[in-house]
Amino acid sequence: MVEITEGCVLSRLPASTRLILQGRQPALQAACGALGVETVPEMLCTAEGAGGHALRVGPFELALQPTGDGLAPLEAALASVPHSLVEVSNRNVSYTLQGWQAADILAALCPLDFSLAAFPVGMATRSILDKAGALIWRTADQTFHIEVWRSFAPYVEGQLHEVAKSISYNILTVQH
Amino acid sequence: MLLIECPYCGPRAEIEFSYGGEAHIDRPGPEVSEEEWASFLYLRENTKGVLAERWRHAHGCGRFFNALRDTRTDEFKAFYEMGEKRPDAEKKEGEGA
Amino acid sequence: MSKTFRLSGYGRVDRSRPVTFLFDGKPVKGYAGDTVASALLADGRHLMGRSFKYHRPRGPVSAGSDEPNALIGVGEGARHTPNLRATQVEVHEGLVAISQNRLPSLRFDVGIVNTLASPFLPAGFYYKTFMWPHGFWDKVYEPLIRRASGLGKAPTAPDPDEYGLHYAHCDVLVAGAGPAGLAAALAAGKTGVRVILCDENPEFGGALLSDSHSLIDGVAAAQWVARTVAELEKLPNVQLLTRCSAFNYGPHNMVALNQRLTDHLASAPVGMPRERIWQVRAKEVVLAAGSLERPLVFEGNDRPGILLASAARTYLQRYGVLCGRKAVVMTADDAAYRVAIEMAEAGLKIVAVADLRANPDSAVVAEARARGIKVLPSTTIQRAHGHYRVGAVELAPVSADGAVGKGRTVSCDLVLMSGGFTPSLHLHCQARGALTYDDKLGVYLPGDSVEHVRSAGSCRGVYALDAVLRDGAEAGLNAAGGEGDLPVWTVTRQDQPGEGGFAGALPRRGPGHLALAFVDFQNDVTAKDVKLAVREGFQSIEHVKRYTTTGMATDQGKSSNVNALAIVSKTLQRAPQKVGLTTYRPPYTPVTFGAFASHARGDQFDPLRLAPADGWARAHGAVFEDVGLWRRARYFPRAGEDMLAAVTRECRMVRKTAGIFDASTLGKIEVVGPDAAEFMNRFYINGWTKLGVGKCRYGLVCRDNGFVYDDGVVGRVAKDRFHVTTTTGGAAGVLNMMEDYLQTEWADLDVWLTSITEEWGVIALQGPKAREILAPLVDGLDISAEAMPHMFLKEGTIGGIPMRLFRVSFTGELGYEINVPSGRMREVWDRVWAAGQPHGLTPYGTESMHVLRAEKGYLIVGQETDGTATPGDVGCGWAISKIKPDFIGKKALALPALNAPDRLQMVGVLTDDPHYVLEEGMQLVAAPQMQAPASADGHITSSYFSPALNRSIAIAMVKGGRSRMGATLYAPRLDAAAVRVTLVDPVFYDPEGARVNG
Ligand SMILES: [Zn+2]
Repeated sequence: MVEITEGCVLSRLPASTRLILQGRQPALQAACGALGVETVPEMLCTAEGAGGHALRVGPFELALQPTGDGLAPLEAALASVPHSLVEVSNRNVSYTLQGWQAADILAALCPLDFSLAAFPVGMATRSILDKAGALIWRTADQTFHIEVWRSFAPYVEGQLHEVAKSISYNILTVQH
Repeated sequence: MLLIECPYCGPRAEIEFSYGGEAHIDRPGPEVSEEEWASFLYLRENTKGVLAERWRHAHGCGRFFNALRDTRTDEFKAFYEMGEKRPDAEKKEGEGA
Repeated sequence: MSKTFRLSGYGRVDRSRPVTFLFDGKPVKGYAGDTVASALLADGRHLMGRSFKYHRPRGPVSAGSDEPNALIGVGEGARHTPNLRATQVEVHEGLVAISQNRLPSLRFDVGIVNTLASPFLPAGFYYKTFMWPHGFWDKVYEPLIRRASGLGKAPTAPDPDEYGLHYAHCDVLVAGAGPAGLAAALAAGKTGVRVILCDENPEFGGALLSDSHSLIDGVAAAQWVARTVAELEKLPNVQLLTRCSAFNYGPHNMVALNQRLTDHLASAPVGMPRERIWQVRAKEVVLAAGSLERPLVFEGNDRPGILLASAARTYLQRYGVLCGRKAVVMTADDAAYRVAIEMAEAGLKIVAVADLRANPDSAVVAEARARGIKVLPSTTIQRAHGHYRVGAVELAPVSADGAVGKGRTVSCDLVLMSGGFTPSLHLHCQARGALTYDDKLGVYLPGDSVEHVRSAGSCRGVYALDAVLRDGAEAGLNAAGGEGDLPVWTVTRQDQPGEGGFAGALPRRGPGHLALAFVDFQNDVTAKDVKLAVREGFQSIEHVKRYTTTGMATDQGKSSNVNALAIVSKTLQRAPQKVGLTTYRPPYTPVTFGAFASHARGDQFDPLRLAPADGWARAHGAVFEDVGLWRRARYFPRAGEDMLAAVTRECRMVRKTAGIFDASTLGKIEVVGPDAAEFMNRFYINGWTKLGVGKCRYGLVCRDNGFVYDDGVVGRVAKDRFHVTTTTGGAAGVLNMMEDYLQTEWADLDVWLTSITEEWGVIALQGPKAREILAPLVDGLDISAEAMPHMFLKEGTIGGIPMRLFRVSFTGELGYEINVPSGRMREVWDRVWAAGQPHGLTPYGTESMHVLRAEKGYLIVGQETDGTATPGDVGCGWAISKIKPDFIGKKALALPALNAPDRLQMVGVLTDDPHYVLEEGMQLVAAPQMQAPASADGHITSSYFSPALNRSIAIAMVKGGRSRMGATLYAPRLDAAAVRVTLVDPVFYDPEGARVNG
């Protein structure tokens, strides 16, 4: 956990299970069911069930963050449905970026609109952080969950620190 | 930087996309003539006007989709999913009466 | 008479905060709020620079970003910034500024000889004069020209400052905060939408800050500005950016702003970026860029002391500076009369207002006359006298037909000129907006654009203040969606814009072929240069621009374009709208390189991707190389070893005992789904149906043109699951190509792709001892030669860590690629390393990897192949499936041309001299002495010293090479005799493959 600037803390999260589930609607539905999520979240939306989180990052793709029982319940639920379930727990490194300056820091590296109206809490999408691909998920007004590929992590951390150094000056996010 | 509307994710900055060249070029099977094959591989319209082209939301949902873009102005006329028919848009330069 | 030109009771500078700065090493006093130009002018100093080509003394012509002359260098050492406009550089305590382009000093400049030589430096002189003799260009002409002409000097040390970047989004971006911009921002802001208002100046207000005449809602213009800005500041949905120039209008309303944060501060807070680029995506843009007064073109119009009338007004009203004592006003427009009245009131003697027009008669003209200002209608300036400062002008009558009569010379130390106002169209043009020529105003106005943009105020030819405010408010409200109250203001005192304005060269008496009447001050382009260009046949305005360089200086032709256009139009006797206007290109004003780089600098310029064993390699003294964005260990030298020695030792150890290599950067894709095998069949040239679970196969990817695209080993993990590897560089491209065919051609297949490049770390363990080292570590998995032959795959664990174990080899030795979760690879690596110590396990890097594979004749895609090689060309014709109905490349691979016997084919090459290592890229020809141009028979693609053979080896692509085994060819050298070589089979070592199956 590092306070990279006043009002913004970057925390690298401990490794945990990350899965990419791809398939047509029945597969997405079955996977959500296994996590206790009733309906498949809409594009760029997320849902939480008893078994973990499902992030709808593509029309035929869910990024899954199961808690607890590992892959077994998912594999069971998906057994009879064409699908692809691939573990990427090691590929992805996760962070949270938290604080009132978090959105402005991201806005130095990413062309997305981070106003709450355009990027509400619960939205998740892949995008870029300058020259690295990233998954960005807003978990609270001032909290973002970020995942990047392992080898890009030092670069992304460096960029976040670099931006944070100068962020305090003259950027005031326009309220909506 | 263009603003490109992914049919799945909505409008995003061009930097998230990779370009896929002219759309609606069907890949023929190996049974076609060499001329047809060469034209599939190499011949493109090089449209001045409204062009149907492919984009991939590479740093996003990863999907390919089609767009109609006026190459004179960069104005997009439509975005549509792969497999959909090309929507109506104003006629290409040089077409018409 | 007082020596200072600073007036009490005038200006907006802070008299309570005096500031001292250095100009050319000497202290100059000013006040907070001054620019370098205003402070120097307050000292009576107009001379601020030397011109680009002729080194003529120059002073400021303007008071803003359109300044072509007064370019200065600011700051010292690595923080020096050249070519800044003195009219914009804000002074602060300790500021260090220097004049530019003078040798050795501003007042005494030997470069002035260029002026004497001016008849020999006509338009296009770069193209005409120095072309012969040929060799003279590099050595004589160019260095001379470079030294004698130019701008300031860029610093050579790295820029020590920080720069920022910010992507912003808004509903309405308003560029320019003069009356139209303020009105627009307020109208839009009050509707509640997101608004960004930016202006290049330190204060909002634009021309209103210099307007002491107009009254808005009963208060002075500057007071109205303060009131309006205060109102805007209260709106939480409005972002106000001063010192922030909109410099680029990109497609789809992405506008780049450059915000200057620290240059005006004596000491900047730690960490504050010097500048920040704002990339603003706006739903709608309101351009309120204003208009620029046009200089008049007459002989000597570049003498210091000759300014735009509006600039003199700004120096008076904003900075409290009178630009001289005794002025002649030369105008073709009413606006200069207001300036004359205000300047006279402030104590300047107005010798006369010379007006090009025959009957100037508006209210402001009458007011000037009533105040005793002498007005001379139908009068022109024939020439200006003086060197460092204008001393006199010749005023001459001009008749209706343009003939100029005998004039008289009047003395003065100031000339205020006004040719009318040119709307600033730069951003509109960058937005690919059309232009329409307005005959009445004699200028171009913004037309339609494909962008969501509208212009408001004087940048679209609306000049009267009440109309400007209304125009701005309407533009702002409409941009915000049109719903809401339109703010209304009452202007009770204002000058109405009159008829008039002038563009082109002022009429002259006589030919004037020696006259230096400047059109483009910054690039030293004169009226006769432009005329000459037309006479020499350049008719397109774009060609005239390039030939004469008019409008090509850092000021982007802000003051010169319309005058140049008018001269071309007149010379060609063609209407201005038929001549057209040159394209305005970004940036509107120059932007610091550092701002473009922002945080992408130094170590953070590009991602540096580190492989999982990178830390281990560093600790073991590896020398690294960049492979794409990856940093890979190249070799591991021991004390005293050079690369050859280290690589030789590493290779020998791999062949003798075992080597360990971090192969994690290989691209990896998991292909999963019921149709996985069908997809593989269609995508690769190989067949996959028969590949059993737990087996591997070398796969080749072609493009549909039949040429090799990528390769790699593929393992079948389950019936519906393939673990695909690609080259390190091909990882992203292969996945993209797979997705392309899957999504657009074969959408019916139930198969999906996931990048697992970074999920799995890969330890290559290669060498005869590999099995012995590995066997005890794999938690009981049977990896005996019988249970796990070459090209088999097993899943298991290694010390409890999940593992996909491939028995594969890129060295020709018994070997494994141990795939483990990348986050735990280092643990496994350490364990393997420790287990290997008794066996002499050696780390090896990419260089040895290359040598080991070359000894075996294994190709590297991108090294042997160049995008025109078929699988057959590189000896992989065996991989092409004969039974599949279709696959990518099938049709092309059947074409006769791709099967011609004389294609470049991969062969081995041995030199006669076993110690001579060929250069990669060397050509191979048929005879030792060939006259150029000779056609080559082939070229060397890989070349190394082979430790296994104890001699040099090479791989080449040679025409019909496979049928020419034993043939002799020659590799020519520049400085020595050609090297004789023999073509051989490319498998140099263990051709039977006994070792790999060990
Ligand atoms: Zn998308």
